[in-house]
Amino acid sequence: MAVNVITPGLSTTVQDLGRPGYYHLGIPISGGMDRFALRAANMLVGNDEGAAVLEAVFLGPELEFTSAATVAITGGDLPPQLNGDPRATWEAFPVRPGDRLTFGYLASGARVYIAVSGGIDVPVKLGSRSTYTLGVLGGLEGRALKAGDTLALGAGGTGGGSIPAKLRRNPGNPAELRMLPGLYWHRLTLAAGKQFLADTWKVAPEADRIGYRFRGGRKVDFVPRTPPFGAGSDPSNIVDACYPYGSIQVPGGSEPIVLHRDAVSGGGYMMLGTVISADMDLIGQLQPHSPARFVEVGMDQALAARHDRQAALARLREHLKL
Amino acid sequence: MSIRFSFGGDEHIFAEVSEEMSLEAFFTSLSLTNAVRSADIRGVTEICPANASFQIKYDPDQIKSADLLRELQAMEAAASQRDATLKTRIMEIPVYYQDPWTHETLMRFRERHQDPKATDLEYAAAVNGLGSVEDFIAAHSSQPWFVSMVGFVAGLPFLYQMVERKRQLQVPKYLRPRTDTPKLTVGHGGCFSCIYSVRGAGGYQMFGITPMPIYDPNQQVSYLQDTMCLFRPGDIVKWRPINRNQYDAALEAVAENRFLPTIREASFSLADFNHDINGTNARLMEVLHGR
Repeated sequence: MAVNVITPGLSTTVQDLGRPGYYHLGIPISGGMDRFALRAANMLVGNDEGAAVLEAVFLGPELEFTSAATVAITGGDLPPQLNGDPRATWEAFPVRPGDRLTFGYLASGARVYIAVSGGIDVPVKLGSRSTYTLGVLGGLEGRALKAGDTLALGAGGTGGGSIPAKLRRNPGNPAELRMLPGLYWHRLTLAAGKQFLADTWKVAPEADRIGYRFRGGRKVDFVPRTPPFGAGSDPSNIVDACYPYGSIQVPGGSEPIVLHRDAVSGGGYMMLGTVISADMDLIGQLQPHSPARFVEVGMDQALAARHDRQAALARLREHLKL
Repeated sequence: MSIRFSFGGDEHIFAEVSEEMSLEAFFTSLSLTNAVRSADIRGVTEICPANASFQIKYDPDQIKSADLLRELQAMEAAASQRDATLKTRIMEIPVYYQDPWTHETLMRFRERHQDPKATDLEYAAAVNGLGSVEDFIAAHSSQPWFVSMVGFVAGLPFLYQMVERKRQLQVPKYLRPRTDTPKLTVGHGGCFSCIYSVRGAGGYQMFGITPMPIYDPNQQVSYLQDTMCLFRPGDIVKWRPINRNQYDAALEAVAENRFLPTIREASFSLADFNHDINGTNARLMEVLHGR
């Protein structure tokens, strides 16, 4: 029971729901960037929702199955083919020994989740199978897949079913990323805060599992100050502190970076607020050059959005009769 | 010191103890995060102390953000850092200053540096008013440093020099960060030194390299089998300058997994330190050297 990697794609990694509890040592949570899609893929193949799957970005891998299994692909629209025949995304399909899974060109979104019944069975490191490539930890030898790799599978059931479009979540166009201002928001001038929220940004090519950089908005101005001891001389510097997941830092005031699942745990740049937990999945589906806006919300709206996302997951379970 | 609390989205509370770095701010952060850990508050999932701040990650489905904030504020009121005493460790880290690997790297990124004609150490000596690189290395390695934060990437320690503020070495970071830094580089930015635990991007000035692994995801290194990351906030570090032969010998010992760092239990009182810095550091050196 295994999957052979024929070609690896651009950067395909083993991911589950992550490795909480080690951020104080600089080891981030990792795990699927779009956890809604990751959970959905596992539901479709009859796995626990947190089983390990493959996350592929922009370009899919070519995989060969050595045993019969159920497979489902969720997330972005990267059209799968089995032995050259098209298969639908967000729908479970069976594979037999020797079958080959390939992908066409990305039509929308950025990342797909490839779940196989039984789950990808790599060693559990600090409670998770997720790959943290910067720390060479977890996944397959702490790295993205290479041609010639073989991935073991766990023992699994069969699953089945499909998830219609109306039950999925997608970023809009432009993507509206809801954020709670705070942290060092007070370092911005009043005008800079307004302008940051008014501008339409574009995802920069430097967008990965650590963080997403944005360009195209105006540079923000800071309230003048005498640099505090230990902070550094740039107005965007702070004494190195912890970074929340989803926090938006603005080095030098020019290009905001939203930290994601493989976040650096801290550093010396001011953060002007934090993207709410419900919208972290959406960032994982943004391609470079796609437009995005930051939309201010309060805590009550952030929690309501969190509950909406949980309800959307509950609808998937209900739909699949899980 | 009044702490400024702010929510980081719906899952984090960020607490700034002080805008500026000081040992007092670090001790307040460390003692409060220890108190939060002991209180075992339902819904708290991550407790991260930093230099002069800390961060709590929590599950808002288990505890309301306002309730957690109230608990933290009550702890702040109850905490007193006046009698701050820390049971900690002191360890010696060998450093090969002016090594060929960081030198090769810094030469590749000269156009991102404030002074492209000087090396990072020459620049650091100049901006600190020290006559030579040797004087700077002596100032860097003669007094101990506190691990005031672990993070950025896996197991990377931020180190704060245990001297009067006017003697603290300060060096600006690179104008634009490098895309490469050798693994185990000893770097410095602002008032903090660090050891890069993995190869990667970095903006700190590069002074040297240690042969001693500080992060091992495979947990094979003899002293990293229980924990992947060597450092904990509150550890005290003393640099020991070594030459090429000593570096090579240490690397050989590491390769054969017989390298053993010098690590001793120690206690530290902030009041004693503030009263007599030189005396406190001298006593720490006695503990380190087993006298």
